[in-house]
Amino acid sequence: MEKKKAFKTFLSDIPQNLFSGFVVSLIALPLGLGLALASGAPPISGIIAAIVGGVVVSLIGGSNVTITGPGNGLVVVILAAITTLGEGNMQQGFLYTLAAIVISGIIMIVLGFLRMGSLGDFFPGSAIQGMLAAIGIGIFAKQIHVMFGNLEAKGSIVELLLYIPEGIINLLKTTDSSMFYAGLVGIGSLLIMVFYSKIRNRYFQLIPAPMWIVVLSVGMYYYFELVSTSPYPIDKNLLIALPDDILSNFAFPDFSKIYHANFINAVIAITLIASIESLLSIKAVDKLDPLKRRSNVNKDIRALGIATVISGFLGGLNVVTVIARSSVNVNNKGTNRSANFFHAAFLVAFILLFATELRKIPLPALAAILVFTGYKLASPDNIKKIFSIGSEQLIIFLITLFTTIITSLITGIIVGILITFIIHIIINKNILLFIKNILKPNVLMFKEEGKYYVSVKNFSSFLNYTKLKTKLDQIPESEEAIIDFSLCDFVDHSVMENMNNYTESFTRKGGHFEVIGLDDSKSGSEHPFALRKILPKQIIPKEGVLTKRQKSIQKISEEMHWKYYAFSAQETEELPTFGYFKTRKIDKVSNVLSNEDCTIMDVQFSEGEMIAKQVIKATILHIHTPKPVPSFTLDREGIFEYLLDFAGYRDIHIEGHSDFTRRFYLSGKNQEKIRAFFSDELVLFFESNKQYHIEATKNGLLVIGNERLSSVKEIKALAYFGMGLQKTI
Amino acid sequence: MQKIHKILIGVAFSPNLKPNIFEAVRLANLFDAELVGVHVGTKSNQKKADLKALLSKADPLKKPFKAIWKEGNPVNVIIETCASEQIDLLILGAIQKENLLKYYVGSIARKITRKAPCSVLLLIKPSVARVACNYIVVNGLKDDKTEETIKTAFVFSEHLNCNKITIVEEISQGELHIKVSDDKTLRKSSIARERLSTRENQRVKHILEDIKNKNITVNTQPIFGKRGYSIGHYAKVKRADLLVMNAPNKLGFFDRIFPHDIEYILSELPTDVLIVK
Repeated sequence: MEKKKAFKTFLSDIPQNLFSGFVVSLIALPLGLGLALASGAPPISGIIAAIVGGVVVSLIGGSNVTITGPGNGLVVVILAAITTLGEGNMQQGFLYTLAAIVISGIIMIVLGFLRMGSLGDFFPGSAIQGMLAAIGIGIFAKQIHVMFGNLEAKGSIVELLLYIPEGIINLLKTTDSSMFYAGLVGIGSLLIMVFYSKIRNRYFQLIPAPMWIVVLSVGMYYYFELVSTSPYPIDKNLLIALPDDILSNFAFPDFSKIYHANFINAVIAITLIASIESLLSIKAVDKLDPLKRRSNVNKDIRALGIATVISGFLGGLNVVTVIARSSVNVNNKGTNRSANFFHAAFLVAFILLFATELRKIPLPALAAILVFTGYKLASPDNIKKIFSIGSEQLIIFLITLFTTIITSLITGIIVGILITFIIHIIINKNILLFIKNILKPNVLMFKEEGKYYVSVKNFSSFLNYTKLKTKLDQIPESEEAIIDFSLCDFVDHSVMENMNNYTESFTRKGGHFEVIGLDDSKSGSEHPFALRKILPKQIIPKEGVLTKRQKSIQKISEEMHWKYYAFSAQETEELPTFGYFKTRKIDKVSNVLSNEDCTIMDVQFSEGEMIAKQVIKATILHIHTPKPVPSFTLDREGIFEYLLDFAGYRDIHIEGHSDFTRRFYLSGKNQEKIRAFFSDELVLFFESNKQYHIEATKNGLLVIGNERLSSVKEIKALAYFGMGLQKTI
Repeated sequence: MQKIHKILIGVAFSPNLKPNIFEAVRLANLFDAELVGVHVGTKSNQKKADLKALLSKADPLKKPFKAIWKEGNPVNVIIETCASEQIDLLILGAIQKENLLKYYVGSIARKITRKAPCSVLLLIKPSVARVACNYIVVNGLKDDKTEETIKTAFVFSEHLNCNKITIVEEISQGELHIKVSDDKTLRKSSIARERLSTRENQRVKHILEDIKNKNITVNTQPIFGKRGYSIGHYAKVKRADLLVMNAPNKLGFFDRIFPHDIEYILSELPTDVLIVK
């Protein structure tokens, strides 16, 4: 019975997953090509990985809303593998690397069967961050030259970085018009990537930034071809190269170097990065899942392994779970694995239908996408964030970063682990604490009066975190859990960060997760992830001097007799229940302006996770309604809604108000109740006022204007709208 | 062991002697038992006088004190005395780790604990003044000895005027047979845990049927975790005053290298521990 029902929801969700799979494929196409190019592999190999990954993982994977395909982290390792194994011959090197990819896939399958999904927990957080930043710098250093239209730049990461200023000068001085135009396209593409998220226009945002780059650069080609009299200025070697007959030209792995040390090294590096990137992404995507499901990590790793083997045999790159594309999937309302499948299906369609057009994409345009990705992996914000956790974390981060850049990924991560351990010993001035207790079962969990109580002894760090994790994973997130560290002498940053994640996921699913016993402990900083530090439920901003805007709002509040708090932490409990905030994480609420029933506030929230993370600040209005309201959403009618209509959403028509129906897009589950709720008076009110995005749940109404902070005037208008709406209801 | 007639205490002339003797005297009186002191070493008038002086400061004994002076290997001497004197309870003091609130059993005491033919009481903080015992934690393992151990715990709580006992059933994680990896397995494992907990509670309830306990509050607590270790952890978290455990089955060579059960407790005493034989 339940299965039948599940199948029914699956079927009814297909249209929206089809839509979201389509949007994801728009990103996956340029990214797949770009990642493959950056890896030194034929561009088609990235698309093969995405297609195989999408099909295989959606069929046998263990996660729900993840998207799989070629990954950012692997660019650096695969490039290194191709160069070292090929010994100058990139083509032959690629065939050897394919063999390494196949074997790393087999190792992933074995890891999955051995339930080694928890392997990722053995790496300290800051060391992983350092490694990812190093990968980011690696991608950035190489691709920025490609972006400037220079394909010849070669050397170590440090050399490439030092060469950047010269590269810019070369571009400006160049007499080669092909290179100059290519560089312009590259820089233009980079600008699109940077400013895309700043423009919160729905029609513009409908197409992801990488696709805009593709569309515009292909459009440029056709402009020169059809309209302009001058020939297309960019030379053919700066355009993407796809095999003429895509369906028959599969590369086949060459296993003849299988016993060489270089080969084994490559396999280890590929497997390490593939599994770490996938694990991090799966964990991060679970935080975004609107249905709050828990992924089966081991099953997913297994599926990724199988997909990697198949992809390798077909001449494709590794298949990993990717965070950026998964975030886009969630943001476009993907709800189940079919989205991943559809993304693969659309890719097949694109590559078969538009191969000619794709050949017109200049390489610098794709390189710009990667430059941006690389920058995000290694952005200074990350360093700032790590420093705020504690200076010791920054040391770990930087040492891992530099070792990785100078030597290799494997050395880098090993050094990162060692340095973390050494720093832990120095902080505690005690090595015996770790040596004597590392193998002891240090976690006790029991259920008492309906609550789960977990006590941790001795020390808790990345070294023995799995013990704690296996216990915590047995607690359903809808329950109440208390984690007591009072018998612990030392708790490290990785554990604290994970505790914070648990707190979040418990709150999301209606449970409660509390960390106690750290009040007495010393800590290096105020940051919640700092080692040995108690977790505040929310970071409360410090009282500060009011800005001009805040003073104006204060003045309004006096005029209207509303209350105003510049720094407040209330209201966040109710906001997550609104559909809008289901996939968006609220970071901070400030400038709260309220009377009894209406509350206007500035909300800072984030979309996506990790590198795909966008922080958005917006002013919203929340209205408490005296009587329960049926759940609905009300929007301006536009192209977007026609698309949604196509994707299975229905516009509810209110009888006798054809104008309202034409101008507004109203949707919700319980149509009859909603029709009853929309009285003539209310319809008239909506018709005669400014149009906002409105969402209703049993906790009241949420009114959002533009997805940005409102000016003082707009706040005033919003307040009057709220009061009017309140009265009408 | 349910009745205690004879209590043995090792007399070593260390700074801890006074509180050790005071505790032993108090226990002997509470149980109406005879107290035997054994000193491993040469007999001298000075030592005799010291001991006598100490005993005179303590509460008067209900039954006469018997002192035994013997030379030889401390472990062998104490174990032989236990057998020859038909001792029911042996009291040993624990050692405190330097500057830390952690206690462990020294190597000699550990050997004695392993080999002793009678029950052993390990005291972490013997004190001159009486500290009341209010809370006893006892193991409820699925083992032949468990019934005896639980009964002994009740005898102790009667004599010590303790009115709260928790019986901890340690269930090995492996018995669950389900590993949590997603929502579905989580649900399954939650159900399996509930079932195992009920089963264990039922088993302990069966043992409790025979015991008359009017004034004692009895709780049962199933814990999923490593045997021996989690009960010690639990006793510490719950601030129990006495932990009552089964005596270990015969320990082999590998058990020392890979400690389990009681060995965990001996290396880090959570509280006073009674090992019932």
